Amino acid sequence: MDVTAVEYRDAMRPIEVVWHLRALGHRRFLRLKVELPKRGTLIVPSVIDIYCGADWLERECYDMFGIKFEGHPDLRRILLWENYQEGFPLRKNFPLRGRFSRAEQLKQALAQDPEARYSMNELSIAEAFDSLPEDMRRRLAEDRARTGSEGGE
Amino acid sequence: MTAPTTRRTIEVALGTSGLDANGMPIRAPLVVQGNSAVALDGTSTHEPELDSDHMLINIGPQHPATHGVLRLVLELDGETVVRCIPHIGYLHCGFEKIGEYRQYNQIIPWTDREDYLNSPGNNVAFAMGCERLFGVEITPRCTVLRVIAMELSRIISHVVWLGTTSVDIGAFTPFLWLYQERENVYNLLEGWVGARLTTSMTRVGGMAADIPDGWLDGLRAFIKGFSKTLEESVKMLETNAIWAGRTVGLGAMTAEEAVNAGLSGPMLRASGVAYDVRKDFPYMDYETYDFDVPVGTAGDVYDRFLVRVEEMRQSIRILDQAVRRLPDGPVNIDDPRLILPPKHKATSEMESMIHHFKLVMEGPRPPAGECYVAVESPKGEKGYYMVSDGSAKPVRWRIRPPSFVNLSAIPKMVEGHLLSDVIAINASIDIVMGEIDR
Repeated sequence: MDVTAVEYRDAMRPIEVVWHLRALGHRRFLRLKVELPKRGTLIVPSVIDIYCGADWLERECYDMFGIKFEGHPDLRRILLWENYQEGFPLRKNFPLRGRFSRAEQLKQALAQDPEARYSMNELSIAEAFDSLPEDMRRRLAEDRARTGSEGGE
Repeated sequence: MTAPTTRRTIEVALGTSGLDANGMPIRAPLVVQGNSAVALDGTSTHEPELDSDHMLINIGPQHPATHGVLRLVLELDGETVVRCIPHIGYLHCGFEKIGEYRQYNQIIPWTDREDYLNSPGNNVAFAMGCERLFGVEITPRCTVLRVIAMELSRIISHVVWLGTTSVDIGAFTPFLWLYQERENVYNLLEGWVGARLTTSMTRVGGMAADIPDGWLDGLRAFIKGFSKTLEESVKMLETNAIWAGRTVGLGAMTAEEAVNAGLSGPMLRASGVAYDVRKDFPYMDYETYDFDVPVGTAGDVYDRFLVRVEEMRQSIRILDQAVRRLPDGPVNIDDPRLILPPKHKATSEMESMIHHFKLVMEGPRPPAGECYVAVESPKGEKGYYMVSDGSAKPVRWRIRPPSFVNLSAIPKMVEGHLLSDVIAINASIDIVMGEIDR
C-alpha cells in the first residue's frame, strides 16, 4: 500500500490525498482519493489501526504536505528534522531552493544542537535512568508544560 | 509450475556448537562473574541477579553495519533490545520536489540515484510510467532488452546484499567472490550504455542505446560463470553452523504481520506470501517467461537468505530465456513526439532540426492524466505515481520506496532480540538509504 498526496499547479484545485491499495489474494488494485480544500484544515483519518504499514507513509505525507492524520499515535516529521522551520516542501508555494538563504540555512545548521534530534519520546526514556544532562532535562520539562502531557509521547 | 517452498537443508548434528537439538541457536545471555563474562546455561530458568538500568544507545548514523546513514536508538536491558526507534532522513535530497521542475527524460538520471543498486530497474519503471501517460507501446526488442536489464540489476542487488550481509555476520569470502561477479555485470552495463552504477539506460519510448555487437556472448558467459560462483557461495553459507546460528529464528514475521506491515519483495515472500509484481500484475511480458516465485516458511533472516538466493537462480532462468527470444528490429518507437531524430538528419534536414530543438528545449508533453506503475525491484514493490496536467513537467512524481516501508517494520522485528542480532536483522531487510530518504 502507499499513502501520498498531490497538489496541483492550478491554485483553485483542492489537495488530494491518495491511497494505493492492493488486495494480494484477489489481484485487485484500488486507488482511493480524498479531496481537501486548501482553505480548510488539512485533516484526514489515519488508517494505522487497519494497516500498521501506513505509519511512516502518513508521517512522510505530514512532513511533506502538512496533512494531519487523525488518530496517528506519533505524527512527527520523518525525513526532515523535528525543528525544521521552513514549512512543507512538496507544497507548490514552497520554492525549490527553500525559503531561507544559504547563509541563513548554514546559520541554522551551525546553531543546531545535535542532541535536539532526540525526540521527546527518547528523552523520556533517558530521564527514567537519571542520565539526562541538565539542559535536556529542561527541554523535556518545557515540552511537557507546552503539551500538557505527562508521558512525553 | 507450482511455487516451491524454499528448502531448509540444515541438518544439525546434536552437539553442534551454538545450536540446540532442534537446530535453533542457543541464546545464552552473558553475565559477569569475577572478572570474566560467562554464558548462563541456556536451559536454566532463573533470571540473573543483575542490578542494572536500561541503557539507551545509538547505532549509526555513521556505522558500517547500518548500510547507510540509518540511525537506530535502542533501549537495552542488558543485551536485549527493549525498544527500537529508527531515525531516517540524513540523506534526504528532495527527489520528488526536483522532479516537478524537470522534463520527463531529465528525471531518468534521478531515478538512478534513489536505489543505486538497482538503477536499470528504476529507469525501466520510470520509462514505463511515462509510456503509460503518453499512451504509447514500445517495440518488442525494447521489451526484451528491458527485461535483461532488470534481471541483471536484480542479480547485482542481491549479490551486494548477500556479500555485505555475510560480512556483517562474519564471513568474508563470499563477499569477495560475489563482488567479482558484480564487477562482471558492471562491465556488461558499461559496454551497453557507457555507465556502470548510474546507468540512465532508458528513454521515454525506448532505450538510450541498443546493445553492441557481441554483447550477448558476454552475457552468456556471465550466466555460465555466475551460476557456478553463486552455488559455491551458497554452499559455504547454507549449512554453515555459524550462519545458521546467526540467522535462524531471527526477526520472524508471520504472513499476517508481514502483509499488515506493508512489506513486499523477498521480505514478504520469506513469510510465505507468494506475491510478486511480475506474476500478479505483469509488465514487460513477464507472464510469458517461465520462472518460479520462491516463498519461505518461517519468515526469519535465514528464509530471506534462501528466498533471495533462489530469486537469483530464477533471474538466470529469465535471462536465459530472454537471450534466446531477443528479436531483431528497432529499439525505439517511431514517434517524433518522443524520440530524437538521428544525428545525421538533425544536422542536414530542416524539419528534423526543428524536431530536435523542440524536443530538447520544451520536452515531450503527455496528455493530462495520472498513472501508478509498479515493478518488482530487488527490495520489493517499487511504485511510481505520476500525475500530469498536460505540461512538459509532472505535477507530482511520487516514489513508493519498498525499503522505506520494509524498514518501518524494524522495531517489531528486533524487539526482544539481542543487540548483535539487530545487525543481522537490519541487514536482512536489504535497505538502501538513497531510496528511503530520497
